[in-house]
Amino acid sequence: MSDLTKLTIAAARDGLAAGDFSSRELTAAHITAMEAAEPLNAFITKTPEKAVEAATDSDTRRGKGEAGKMDGIPIAIKDLYCTKDVLTTAASHILDGFTPKYESTVTANLWAEGAVMLGKANLDEFAMGSSNETSFYGNVANPWRREGDNRMLVPGGSSGGSASSVASFSAMGATGTDTGGSIRQPASFTGIVGMKPTYGRCSRWGVVAFASSLDQAGPMTRTVRDSAIMLEAMAGFDPKDSTSVDLTVPNFEAALTGDIRGMKIGIPNEYRLDGINPEINALWEKGIDWMKSAGAEIVDISLPHTKYALPAYYIIAPAEASSNLARYDGVKYGLRVEGEDLNDMYASTRAEGFGAEVKRRLLIGTYALSAGYYDAYYLKAQKVRTKISDDFKEAFKQVDAILTPTAPSAAFAYGEKGDDPLEMYLNDVFTVPASLAGLPGISVPAGLSEEGLPLGLQILAKPFDEETVFKAAGVLEEAAAFAATPADWWRG
Amino acid sequence: MSLDKATVAKVANLARIKVEEKDLEPMAAELNNILGWIEQLGEVDTETTMPMTSVADMKLRWRADEVTDGGYAEEVVANAPSSEDNFFAVPKVIE
Repeated sequence: MSDLTKLTIAAARDGLAAGDFSSRELTAAHITAMEAAEPLNAFITKTPEKAVEAATDSDTRRGKGEAGKMDGIPIAIKDLYCTKDVLTTAASHILDGFTPKYESTVTANLWAEGAVMLGKANLDEFAMGSSNETSFYGNVANPWRREGDNRMLVPGGSSGGSASSVASFSAMGATGTDTGGSIRQPASFTGIVGMKPTYGRCSRWGVVAFASSLDQAGPMTRTVRDSAIMLEAMAGFDPKDSTSVDLTVPNFEAALTGDIRGMKIGIPNEYRLDGINPEINALWEKGIDWMKSAGAEIVDISLPHTKYALPAYYIIAPAEASSNLARYDGVKYGLRVEGEDLNDMYASTRAEGFGAEVKRRLLIGTYALSAGYYDAYYLKAQKVRTKISDDFKEAFKQVDAILTPTAPSAAFAYGEKGDDPLEMYLNDVFTVPASLAGLPGISVPAGLSEEGLPLGLQILAKPFDEETVFKAAGVLEEAAAFAATPADWWRG
Repeated sequence: MSLDKATVAKVANLARIKVEEKDLEPMAAELNNILGWIEQLGEVDTETTMPMTSVADMKLRWRADEVTDGGYAEEVVANAPSSEDNFFAVPKVIE
């Protein structure tokens, strides 16, 4: 039998339906690949026994003609999603031993469609990071390495383990979460497709909260079609999330018509940054040409407040995090460090349980919300956020979609970004604006850097118009014909 | 606006994160670096702009005021570092 791990989700779905192989065989191949990829450290918890059990159930269902949209497909789950009776850590020391008694809505939707869980994927602590270097469970390695250079590279973040597991063919797909770029940037760094749907499309219920007005769940896969299949299985209205939107989930796969003739695609002038690596802009130009050749109309647009998106984000996200993470107090779950009294127990538990980046953001957020500073920081940032959202509304009067680079660089080596947090924050310069506006966006692998590393391009569209995102992404994918895969050095 | 050592100590206390005396100064420098960068938001004229309160154009839903969940206290405390009789246990608060 050919290597089942190299199949796309769409091909595996067809193979399973045709009876070419069973979910047990497909899952076993992925468990072997996952074990072999141990040096990547993509998983915090592996659940091979549960996977075999779920695959067996899937085969039984299929035998009865009751297979769902993702039936028998082995995937990884970012360890930010609560999974019933399976350790859930958010990659933080403070959630030591936390084993939820409930299942997140998105994972429950996936299991209802028959998907098989291989394990829980590593991430930046509480999804705060762009390189997967802040996990309590250690760095995740990018399967890709620079040509002629054996240094380990970061997979991006925060969904770094998810990205690494999909790019290394350990999982057919993975769930990610995106607050400021945490699905799209790692997808770009690892040569896969990462989709952040519209805010409200996927339920946030049971996903460990970072910044509630920004967090969105989404799929990470190797093709645009797989992304459409997986998002359809994840999405849907959920009364348990007050910001979940009561809209029918379209057949996203049907949007992949390959026809973008007449589609108006905007190119935002403000995304041409000074000092950026010229190969990023060169790839962007290529993308523009591909879309033009496919019949799209290219329109120059302006998003004037783009440069204020990152500083606004770094008030809003930490402010919401400081409120959300107040729940980790050594009482309800996870780590407890005893102290002289109750207050000392709280402060000691949080001092030991949180890593440096999480503490930094909690302090910024607490300060921004504190008496006397609220108006100057938080309120100001929320007003700037309105301006950024208005920029997009104005642009979407002229265009159907927007094409930009996903990240300002290819993957970098561990520690290469230095000690200045600001330098790390700049990774999200192209992804944060759409997060602030709640827009759907996708990163599609579009080419290789001079060093042989994958680079992605991003497509954005109007709220709840994921179909346009997928349609344009499908065309971009076909034109780019990105077929490179990383050398599997981790197999030793 | 610039954070001094005393303000960092105050904010750390508000956030209930113990910070060692020796770490206050470097932390103040780090936070000032970030806050200094954020100052550029002041360049944006927001005199007549409303702050964003809802990401999607939607009103929060209403629902009937009825119990939809509960009745499993043992599951609620199952992950607690310390519990007794389905109550969370904490160090003594009242003498």
